[in-house]
Order: sequence, then C-alpha cells, then structure tokens
Amino acid sequence: MLQVVALGLAVLFLLVGALFLPFLKISVRGISNTSSIFDAALAFSGPELGWLSVGVMAMIVGIPLARVGLILYALAPLLYDVPLLRGARTAFRWAENLRPWSMAEVFILGVGVALVKIVDLAHVDIGPAFWMFVALVVITLLQDTYMCRWSIWRELDRAPEPGARREVAK
Amino acid sequence: MSARRTYSAITARQMGLVGCTHCTKVWPKGTERCGRCGQKLDSRDRRSLSRVWAWWSIGLMAYVPANLYPMLVTKTFLGTQEATIVGGAVDLALHGDYIVALVILFASVAIPLSKFVAIGFLALSVQNNWRGSGLRRMQLYELVEFIGRWSMIDVFVVAIMVALVQLSVVVTIQPGPAALAFALSVVFTMLSAISFDSRMIWDSVADLETARGVDPGSAPRADDVQVPAARGPLTPPDAVPAPPTKTPAE
Repeated sequence: MLQVVALGLAVLFLLVGALFLPFLKISVRGISNTSSIFDAALAFSGPELGWLSVGVMAMIVGIPLARVGLILYALAPLLYDVPLLRGARTAFRWAENLRPWSMAEVFILGVGVALVKIVDLAHVDIGPAFWMFVALVVITLLQDTYMCRWSIWRELDRAPEPGARREVAK
Repeated sequence: MSARRTYSAITARQMGLVGCTHCTKVWPKGTERCGRCGQKLDSRDRRSLSRVWAWWSIGLMAYVPANLYPMLVTKTFLGTQEATIVGGAVDLALHGDYIVALVILFASVAIPLSKFVAIGFLALSVQNNWRGSGLRRMQLYELVEFIGRWSMIDVFVVAIMVALVQLSVVVTIQPGPAALAFALSVVFTMLSAISFDSRMIWDSVADLETARGVDPGSAPRADDVQVPAARGPLTPPDAVPAPPTKTPAE
C-alpha cells in the first residue's frame, strides 16, 4: 500500500515536470524546433482533427494524471488509519476502469518509432522531459504490477466509512 | 484437444448469486449495484453481444478510410508527399529500416485486422455455441483486451512527427485525415472488446456439455457443495482423518 501511494506521488511530480520541459529538439542546417509533450498532443489542428488532439492529450496526460489522483485519493487515508474519504471506493473503481485508456507507455514506444523515422532527416536532441517521461512509464508499470487489486479491495472493505470519524472520537 | 475435460466448476449463477465483474465480490441474485465498488451488477449481460457487434462494425467502418487516406503529408521544397499507413511502412522498408517497418505494419495492420477477426470469432462462437476450448477462447479474449491499446502507437507517431518536424521551408509534416479515422477505429474496437461479457464463453461451454450429456452428473449441485457430509461414504476413508493427526504433532 505504501509503495502504491509513493509511486503515485512520484508519477504526479514527473508528469507535471515532463509537461513543461522541452521533450525533443530537432535541427537541420541551423533551423531548429523544440517540442514539448503539449505540442505533440496539440499537433492535430483544424476542425476535424482538433478532436483528435483532445483525445491524444487525454490518453497520454489527462487519464494517467486522473488515475494517479484517484488512486491517491482512495488509498492515502488507509496509510494513516483515518476514515476513508467520501467516494473513495468509487474513485478506486474509476482508476481501474480507466486503466486501458491510459496510454503513456504506448506513447513512449511511438516516440521511439518517430525518432527512427526522423533521425535520417535531421539531428535530434533528447530533452529532460523525455527521460522524465520514460521514468514515469517505468514507475507506472511497476505500480500496476505491485498493486494487487484484490488486497486493496479487502483493505477498502475493512477501512472505516467516511462518517465513522465521530464514532471513533467517542 | 485430445482429452475432453469436463468443466465441473460451479458458477455463481447456479448458486443464485451474482459476481461483480469489477471487484469480484459476490452478491445475492437481483442485487442492482455492487455494495463494495458500486459497479452495476448483471449476472449475464443480455445486450452485451449487440454492443459488441455495434462497436465492431463502426470500428471496421472507420478502419477503411484509415487505410485509404494519407496519414502523413510531408511538404518539402521539392514538393508534397502523402503517405498512407502501408505506404509509409513500405517507404521505411525501402530505406532499410526493416525493424521499424515491421513494428508499424504489425501495430497498425496485423493487430487491428486480427482483432476484428478475434472479436468476431468470439462473438460468433458464443452466439452459435461453437464447440472449442473455453480456455483458449478466454486466453484469446484476454490477449485482445491487452493488445488493443498498442494499436494507438501509429497515431502517437504522427503526433510527434507533426509537432517536431516544423522546419519552415525545409520540411514540414502535416497530419492526414487517416489519423482521425485510425484513432477512432482503435477506440471503437477497444470498446467492442470491453463490451464482451467473457462469462458467456463458459456458458456456451457448459451448454455444450449439458447437451452432450456429459455434465449433469459430474457438475456439483448447489446442495452438494453446501452439505459435503451427505457424500461422506464416497470420500476415501484415510483422506479425512489425515490432517488432524498431523497438526497436533507439529
């Protein structure tokens, strides 16, 4: 449980950092272009493709972020033996339901493929955000393997209800 | 399969219970929502197959333009070049990047196509009670569910290329209409796979066994499970006393 919460916090920091630092930079004959993850997600502009930007943004940033938030919300109270926050179980269920739609690791593999395509064309510099994102994917995978759904559900079952605080005080 | 196994497992449904597909807690039949995680409970989702086929067909519909329209439009000072998914992979292979070309062909052609075939096969096999190993079909289903998201890789590649390769006059890359179609196709097939109620695989297996007359005798009834003592004389006499003699010695 501690591992899950700790890894979740790490993901949160890495993700926010990775968003704003430069991700990749290419240069050909003096002309260069730096791109962040935001730029990649917002690459699809125009009337029809705009929706794709929203979707891509959600899949590589929004949903991973939401999952971490939901998991922390649901599990952090367990660490301190305080009553669950309101709707903690629903939060954890949503975190699990969103799992297939969180595609950060697919994105990283996509970056790899794109790099191979571009390398012939131009010189590519890898920015700090790239490494942060790679670390983030590794941590997310670790978190998903460490996290045993069944034991978490059991813990959530045992934990006191949101309103139980007053009873404990008595 | 050479050895026909009989599936003598008892299902929650036979015991008048309903299991939560999300957190696996069981509840009495008729419970509307799981009291633990709040998931809607349904012993067998009757409309599951219609949803599977609905998502499946729009997924297939979106897959056609995804392959016909260009995915990437590359503008250089020499002119404009449009590449479809397969065209782009062929270009890569001609440049000598066989591995990357293979990854792309695998992720955006082989996986989507085999997903359509696999989901269609699973749905048909359940609808028509085809005989076949339930275990294999379950594994196929889990594979389809796991692998679905990886098809999205091509869309991400396009996104990164477009964001990165914007070098004014030298070369710019624009996304093509196929990117949207392809992304939609992947999303729809994922939804189709999620809609499939995998418990129906085992129902169809159980139906077959009953129809063949193998199962009724070997499947434990609800009363058998609840009152094992009723079958006392049938159990091997030494199997039961063995554990008690061991525990005090230790």
